[in-house]
Amino acid sequence: MSPEGVEGSDLLHGAILYLDGITVSFDGFRALDGLSLTIDRGELRCIIGANGAGKSTMMDVVTGKTRPDAGVAFFDRHHDLLAMSEADIAMAGIGRKFQKPTVFTNLTVRTNLELAMRDDRSVWRSLRARLDGEQRDRIEETLESIGLHLLADADAGTLSHGQKQWLEIGMLLMQDPKLLLVDEPVAGMTHQETERTAELLVSLAGGRSVVVVEHDMEFVRSIARRVTVLHEGRLLAEGDMESVQNDPRVVEVYLGTPC
Amino acid sequence: MTSVANRTVASRLAGHHDLLVTGALGIAVLVVPILALTVPEGSALHLSTFSVTLLGKYLCFALLALAVDLVWGYCGILSLGHGAFFALGGYAMGMYLMRQIGDRGVYGNPILPDFMVFLDWQELPWYWWGFSSFPFSMAMVVAVPGLLALVFGWFAFRSRVNGVYLSIITQALTYALLLAFFRNEMGFGGNNGLTDFKEILGFDLQADATRVGLFVTTALVLIASYTVTRGVVSSRFGRVLVAIRDAEDRMRFLGYRTEHYKLWAFVLSGVIAGVAGALYVPQVGIINPGEFAPLNSIELVIWVAIGGRGTLHGAIVGAILVNFAKTWFTGLLPEAWLFVLGALFVMGTLFLPRGLVGLVSRRER
Ligand SMILES: Nc1ncnc2c1ncn2[C@@H]1O[C@H](COP(=O)(O)OP(=O)(O)OP(=O)(O)O)[C@@H](O)[C@H]1O
Ligand SMILES: [Mg+2]
Repeated sequence: MSPEGVEGSDLLHGAILYLDGITVSFDGFRALDGLSLTIDRGELRCIIGANGAGKSTMMDVVTGKTRPDAGVAFFDRHHDLLAMSEADIAMAGIGRKFQKPTVFTNLTVRTNLELAMRDDRSVWRSLRARLDGEQRDRIEETLESIGLHLLADADAGTLSHGQKQWLEIGMLLMQDPKLLLVDEPVAGMTHQETERTAELLVSLAGGRSVVVVEHDMEFVRSIARRVTVLHEGRLLAEGDMESVQNDPRVVEVYLGTPC
Repeated sequence: MTSVANRTVASRLAGHHDLLVTGALGIAVLVVPILALTVPEGSALHLSTFSVTLLGKYLCFALLALAVDLVWGYCGILSLGHGAFFALGGYAMGMYLMRQIGDRGVYGNPILPDFMVFLDWQELPWYWWGFSSFPFSMAMVVAVPGLLALVFGWFAFRSRVNGVYLSIITQALTYALLLAFFRNEMGFGGNNGLTDFKEILGFDLQADATRVGLFVTTALVLIASYTVTRGVVSSRFGRVLVAIRDAEDRMRFLGYRTEHYKLWAFVLSGVIAGVAGALYVPQVGIINPGEFAPLNSIELVIWVAIGGRGTLHGAIVGAILVNFAKTWFTGLLPEAWLFVLGALFVMGTLFLPRGLVGLVSRRER
């Protein structure tokens, strides 16, 4: 199905990601309930919502991990995400940082970056792949920008939680995706690290689109232009930080309750 | 900084292991023929043909263990059916050796092996065609196990069968083949298998020089396979395998078709196991369905675990040492071997999680 055939497809004009009517049920429980969401090219979007609101599940749908019961999902005009495998979605240009950082614990930090690097992923190539000078430089640059250059040859399994978060962000950078999905990037980070993450994410937006899920409201406030609030699998409110904060429904279900 | 130092020590050590393994095998290639063929029989240094064949058998098992370590140690695929690839390679070699017998069988039929005459078969089944040719038979040694690994792996990895489920279906695979090869109608000699071989490439299989030749061939094939698999695991392909072992899902979200990587590692492993079987059969002089026994496949995983998985050289060390112990122990108390093996496995996992070779590299670190 092409996006042109979808009702309201004009929304896709200029949009990098288009979700409409996405419904996901787990044993009858609706984790996502007719969720519709559009992310524009170059946009930095924050998604907030209470625990269990469906934020990670939304990312699961976009990356092909979970198949929805209903709805449509298009990426970059012509990619029908619901018909693609996880690997194809990643190669089309969607990168993801998971809520729980997963790095390859028995490989070095440098190798983690090497494997994430955008490159031919075929078996045949991998047997003969050698890093060229440019690729080596990119890895060094990334090591530098995630502050792990001194640990480049340490096994990723020996990193602290915060360092693993950084490594995951570094892997995203190496992947060089058009759309980054970043699930709770600053959990376990110190105040300074959080600030650096904020800077990094802001600098990434523009060239590419970034979707950030985060509970840390101060962090969200510091980076957000547009905020989407999810509640029980539905879109509750959307707008700039101020209007969302003052929305009585949001105050009631989310911001009103301490978190 | 210390981790950088560790890394270089580790890589230098890995280099040492390559040198040790290929060096030891290279020395065996030079020394064994001298001790067996030129040192006179009375001398204390003389190596009997029996011992040469025993050593050759150990090297076949080492090759098989290497195959298992490639998929289990590096990619986390715990195959409990690798005995099947070994046996198929062995049968392909056995079929060649049967055809070499010619009219020297008990029934003197120039075309049909004895067991077919006994079953009153009139002509050679089509799947025996070509096995009188050595090159064709060697191609089958590679192709049959390789094809089985390809087809099996294609279905298993595409449908994302993992962990214990995969281990169970590999056991089922080898068990199914065991039952099939037991049947006389299959045309592989049923219960008795293939035996009474006379010659390989015109060389008398009973001759000392032939036995030594087979040992040398096995050692050279082991060196070559070790070098190839070391190259494979040191390439980016090898790093992808390790990453799949650690977090397969994550690799998919990075854009890797993990099933393809697993499949080709599995095929290479199946081929190496098949070659090991083909080298084994002329040395022991028989191949029968017993080689498909599920227990065999479990045993060889234990060799790898004891030697140290995910290292390659550990698999070789484990296979040789455990089988040496087995030979020695079954001479003393044949019934108790399985208990000893079980005990070795349990103690190994408890006290040597990185295997025997882990002991060495830990101390050096
Ligand atoms: N695989 C699954 N099976 C069953 N239920 C699931 C599954 N995945 C998610 N859920 C449920 O779906 C709901 C939404 O989960 P999700 O992880 O998307 O929430 P979230 O907004 O990311 O929450 P958090 O802020 O805690 O990360 C939760 O109630 C969760 O228990
Ligand atoms: Mg979540």
